[in-house]
Amino acid sequence: MKTRTARRTGVAALAVVALIGMAACSPPTKTPDSTSTGSGGVKASSATSAQAFGGMAALVEAAKKEGTLNVIALPPDWANYGEVIKGFEAKYGLKVDSAQPDASSADEITAAKNLKGQSKAPDVFDLGTAVASANTAMFAPYKVATFGDVPPALKDANGLWVNDYGGYMSIGFDAGKVPAPVTVADLLKPAYKGKVALNGDPTKAGAAFSGVVMTTLSQGGTADDISKGVDFFKALKAAGNFLPVDPTGATIASGQTPVVFDWDYLNVAQGAKLKGTMDWKTVVPAGAVVGGYYVQAINKDAPHPAAARLWQEYLYSDEGQNLWLKGGARPVREKAMVTAGTIDKAAYAALPKAEGTPVFLTPEQTDKANAYLTANWAKAIG
Amino acid sequence: MGALLGVLPFFAYTAAFLVIPTLIVVVGAFLDGDGRPTLGNLSALTQPQIVSAFVRSIVLSVVTAVLGAVFGALLTYAVSTARPGGLMRRLVTSLCGVLAQFGGVTLAFAFIATFSAQGFLTVWLKKSGIDLASTTWLYDWDKGLMLVYTYFQIPLMLIVFLPAVEGLRPQWREAAESLGGSTWHYWRRVAGPILAPSFIGATLLLFTNAFSAYATAAALISQGSPIIPLQIGGTLSSEVILGQENVGKAMALGMVAIVAVVMTLYVVLERRTTKWLGS
Repeated sequence: MKTRTARRTGVAALAVVALIGMAACSPPTKTPDSTSTGSGGVKASSATSAQAFGGMAALVEAAKKEGTLNVIALPPDWANYGEVIKGFEAKYGLKVDSAQPDASSADEITAAKNLKGQSKAPDVFDLGTAVASANTAMFAPYKVATFGDVPPALKDANGLWVNDYGGYMSIGFDAGKVPAPVTVADLLKPAYKGKVALNGDPTKAGAAFSGVVMTTLSQGGTADDISKGVDFFKALKAAGNFLPVDPTGATIASGQTPVVFDWDYLNVAQGAKLKGTMDWKTVVPAGAVVGGYYVQAINKDAPHPAAARLWQEYLYSDEGQNLWLKGGARPVREKAMVTAGTIDKAAYAALPKAEGTPVFLTPEQTDKANAYLTANWAKAIG
Repeated sequence: MGALLGVLPFFAYTAAFLVIPTLIVVVGAFLDGDGRPTLGNLSALTQPQIVSAFVRSIVLSVVTAVLGAVFGALLTYAVSTARPGGLMRRLVTSLCGVLAQFGGVTLAFAFIATFSAQGFLTVWLKKSGIDLASTTWLYDWDKGLMLVYTYFQIPLMLIVFLPAVEGLRPQWREAAESLGGSTWHYWRRVAGPILAPSFIGATLLLFTNAFSAYATAAALISQGSPIIPLQIGGTLSSEVILGQENVGKAMALGMVAIVAVVMTLYVVLERRTTKWLGS
């Protein structure tokens, strides 16, 4: 689920080997509770809402009977998942079995395939959009009670997948070393010579991809044609300002990457971590707000189908959404909760300000942008 | 039978780590995402960014091989004139043995720690008034990467070329001089032709050494995948552009083809060298 795929490849490869080993050794245990049925006689594994299962109480009861929820690739320090898991356990008395917290989105899918039919298989996924849209055949449709609060562009109409939390593309900078950029174009000034880094290669990493889209919008382009963003990086490179170093917490702390394009919740988290040693600030450029959300989905072969559905209900409840917000991520029901006044106001006020309508790319726009980047990115910054 | 048993581990080893991976690459290069045969992956190799990555890889390998060969050969000659078994000679050869294997992430890190914006040389120069912190040459394939590659090519040249230089017999030079030949004549007519095949062979070896290197470049360059090993890495690790694994295998097949040509040349030259020095 994390964007830092490249740095995790070694671990992921080992994990895959380990998984294959496990899959080969363990006997194909029958999934224990896939037969839990609600009051209406509906199987949990095919219930498309709590209503269809016979109400929330029936779902809670069925989930308690299953006893466990298998999650994968949820780092405790990422979007506050540690607290989310504890909150769920405390509220419903289920045990959450968290496997491979640092795995990537692709690893989640691999694990679900390798462990299919076993009690250890993941019940739910938290995926990057590209991996999610390539694997919709593995999801079970489900609509949480608050499904209507989620903007239509951020969910599948049938509830096959729903965006869960995300953030806006931002510029993080060391205020002690460089002047605060007001617009993206400011970064072309000599004060930023050799200092501007993008979080990864946009043909490989999702965060960097969104960075190029954000730059496009700031240069008057649209999500349909990202050439202006690529041209900007070309100019940045020509000016000697583009620093082709892959930024990490370590490069930021050492001062090697004084300006970094990354998700606002990651830049804000950096700032919190470096408090006292470095004045790391985060801005979301006005009029160039690009959103990126992760995707929540239920494994259609989930060994604990009722628990998987209850987990979704919890994540999209006010409580679950506010816990993500506390971790610096923007929950998908943000707008509706602000209107209803149920949002955690202190945590909401701590988010970086964003002026302008957030832009989310459609799958078609993403494909087009990918094709353009594949052909032009290396040329622009080579 | 006993001999067969003896080589069995070797065959098992090469099968597991050379033959099977090569077969996976070759077969995968001709399959699409659903496992049906296709030529699409090979035709994808004509995309401009892949063609230019191949060109850059070849240029990078040729330049660092030639630089490594020329400077390495000069170093080798200097070492061969030192007293055999002397301290100088032992020191340089063992140092080169270490440096030739000093590649990958550690080497990239050494350069980053020295030359990057917070590198000790940059910081030290800044104290004396020279500001290099804002230059990014280290991350360019045709500057930084070339320098880093040359750094492990020169010592490798010494290791592979020293035996040939040591094969030159003093009697040949004495013979040339007693027949009235100058130093120039000796190098032009005697030593040069004898060393030429192994010099070219060593250069080809340096070429493949640079051509196939991945870790050093991956640790140093994170943008644009300028050379072909990084392009292949991108097809396997990208979370943005999916389903390109088999194009990566086709690129690997292209690399295998180029290395096969170079290795064929190397074998031909090797045979010739053995004949010259053995007689």
